[in-house]
Amino acid sequence: MKRALFLCAAAALVAPMSAEATAQDLAIYGETIHTMAGAPVKNGVVLIKSGKITAVGPESGITVTPGIKTLRAKVVTPGLIDAHTAVGFTGWLNQPHDQDQFDRTEPVQPELRAVDGYNARDPLVAWVRSFGVTTIHTGHAAGPIISGQTMIAKTRGETVDEAVIVPSAMVAAHLGASARTGQKAPGTRAKSLAVLRAELTRAAQYRTKRANATEAERPELNLRAETLVSVLEGKLPLLISVDTHQEIVAALHLREEFGIRVVLDSVADAQLVLDPIRAARVPVFVHPTMSRVSGDRQNASFSTASALRAAGVPFALQSGFEDYVPKTRVVLFEAAIAAANGLTFDQALGSITIDAAKILGVDARVGSLEIGKDGDVALYDGDPFEYTTHCIGVAIEGVLVNDQPR
Amino acid sequence: MNRLSSIAAVCLLAPLASAGSTRAFVGARIIPIVGADIERGTLVITDGKISAVGSVDDVVIPADAERIDVTGKVLMPGLVCTHSHVGQVEGGDDSAPLHPDVRAFDSIDVRHPSIQRAQAGGITTANIMPGSGLLMSGQTVYVKLKDGASIDDLAIRNADGSVAGGMKFANGTNPQGSPPMPETRAKGTALVREQFLRAQEYRARRVAITDPAKQPPRDLGLDALVEVLEGKRVVHHHTHRHDDILTILRLKQEFGFRVVLHHVSEGWLVADEIARAAVPCSIITVDSPGGKLEAANLSFETGAVLERAGVLVAYHTDDPITDSRLFLRSAGIGVRAGMTRKNALFALTMAGAIMLDLDRRIGSLEAGKDADFIVLSGDPLSVYTHVEQTWIDGGRVFDRADPKDLRFAQGGEGAGDRDQLDACCLKPGGDS
Repeated sequence: MKRALFLCAAAALVAPMSAEATAQDLAIYGETIHTMAGAPVKNGVVLIKSGKITAVGPESGITVTPGIKTLRAKVVTPGLIDAHTAVGFTGWLNQPHDQDQFDRTEPVQPELRAVDGYNARDPLVAWVRSFGVTTIHTGHAAGPIISGQTMIAKTRGETVDEAVIVPSAMVAAHLGASARTGQKAPGTRAKSLAVLRAELTRAAQYRTKRANATEAERPELNLRAETLVSVLEGKLPLLISVDTHQEIVAALHLREEFGIRVVLDSVADAQLVLDPIRAARVPVFVHPTMSRVSGDRQNASFSTASALRAAGVPFALQSGFEDYVPKTRVVLFEAAIAAANGLTFDQALGSITIDAAKILGVDARVGSLEIGKDGDVALYDGDPFEYTTHCIGVAIEGVLVNDQPR
Repeated sequence: MNRLSSIAAVCLLAPLASAGSTRAFVGARIIPIVGADIERGTLVITDGKISAVGSVDDVVIPADAERIDVTGKVLMPGLVCTHSHVGQVEGGDDSAPLHPDVRAFDSIDVRHPSIQRAQAGGITTANIMPGSGLLMSGQTVYVKLKDGASIDDLAIRNADGSVAGGMKFANGTNPQGSPPMPETRAKGTALVREQFLRAQEYRARRVAITDPAKQPPRDLGLDALVEVLEGKRVVHHHTHRHDDILTILRLKQEFGFRVVLHHVSEGWLVADEIARAAVPCSIITVDSPGGKLEAANLSFETGAVLERAGVLVAYHTDDPITDSRLFLRSAGIGVRAGMTRKNALFALTMAGAIMLDLDRRIGSLEAGKDADFIVLSGDPLSVYTHVEQTWIDGGRVFDRADPKDLRFAQGGEGAGDRDQLDACCLKPGGDS
């Protein structure tokens, strides 16, 4: 029995999805379907054909082809979106061989691509999927001042190519204590900003020279500068992880100075500087609700999300990056605590579905159950936020990737 | 309640908050833990003790009692955390691997916000322990999480006046290092065995030699280990891997000490062996497996597997590994993974009381026990439920309606820890 249990647990953790898994037609019945596009549907059905949603609505109005594979659940939601994580990079064992979330040999390395570091087979990918998470914004984490790029992926596949949907999503920057550690790192907050400003200034000059200089005088191609040019041109947002109020303001100054697109990340002190955040109209990925309250995040609050909501700031929730235990948080659990601390159920669920999709720019594909969107669906045997509820099924583009309750 | 507000409260609310008078909490659903749930109950407390608990129809409220309507609320015993690092506790240093003489009692900052947060989570009693970076990091201390000026206001005393507490042990990789620390499991175990054998010899000589002048000189560390050998001081043993768990059971058989296994990440692999040894387990809910090699097989199901094997199970926060404000959540996740509701609630209260030898005083709502209880807005295992009030020895230490207390419950300026967390607990080689 013990051995069976162990094998079972190990299989659940490490078994990659069957390579033969292919999209099949699915009819998913739910006593309550939270489509996140309008009011919840009671006694409804979501139809998926060839990986896409072809119908969603009350059971009575939808014709289901006889013989089609059907699933039933008390509560059905869109596949969840984790707006910012490091799974696939910060491996579960926390050993040097499986930690690829940042490289501290240099403090500024925007040229590091996420697709070159993602481990689709890390068990934590399957772990978060087993709670209903189907889309993750993952990649280089908050560590050095600029750690690298991020990507958007589905929690499926045995290779990065099978998982990725947006290979380069953002460039991850960081203002905080851990950006000031390491031999080459700046030692103060002011120096951190000076380094960032210098890099962006250099990239702007590089851009001008590359565009205007004669062939003979044109500067050599520089991958680092090229990536920052994408930031300057607004092709890639700068995702700035920042917690203390003075650093939040510094991040907003940087945005204003260079006219770049910025997404603020973490912002434990948000409630101290709500006005400038609102005025800048920047979206926010809120720190994990259950984040430990120490150091830079000493003022983190269960109510940060609800305060941003009240201020009209667009936000999404995230599991974040953890360097010890738990090696990853689960964004469903983070949303649950936010739902118990000021967000309504719909607001909390929105922050891990449609609102996250919008900030990530993938709302045409994921984030809600609407005709034409990907068939990414999570099934629960009760209120998804309750501790004692189980996720009983997960489909990604019509492929049932989890059917064991967790 | 933080200290300043507690001083204010003494002035303003003395009749309400002092522990001396008689109060009746009427109309709540009461979960006494020992005995059946009471749909509409009354809890009467007098002079810091529970004087009556039962159905509203059965309990006679004394004429002089202050009557508090708690209709619609849920009352249950104050939570018992068997493994906590609140109050910036410290233990031994890196000068040696074994520090049985070192006392957590001498290190705790009772004004630290982590204690206020634990009150907000409904924890009334905690076993505050040094970390796990050493084979023996020192003597733990059992405390009531009251607002106090010094550790003396919080520390629980044994009948003889000594400070109540156990002894923190750790095995596996956390206590490993370069000399004088052990590099292997066998070396670590050899060091522990040698110390126990010394303690046995020390004890025998002190008993055998009646002439005080000829007795071996007192050794504070061996004195404490003699208490362990005599069963007066419980070993609280950090352990993760199945083989490390079995090593502890082997040592227990050799030396006969009383032990609680803590974390027990792979306990589900050796549940029958643990049950046969009749050793209780204090476990943790962490949101994903891994984070260190020894926790790779950590499972939400540990509580359920141990329960089915017949092992006494308690939950702990290991604060700051998990947040004391979310202690109820640990048991909720345990139920999600197959633990019975009854034992999950027991694991937050009575089981911990038993493991700390405090079950005659705390852990359930029974007449004669300490008036340690919490008022909840709803079912204890629902995410939407908040701890509204926390009472210890008949005094209210947390009130969610007080904005100062609410800040500790939710977070915000002043509610967190200024320092980055202690390396003892959050880095590999640290706790958990």
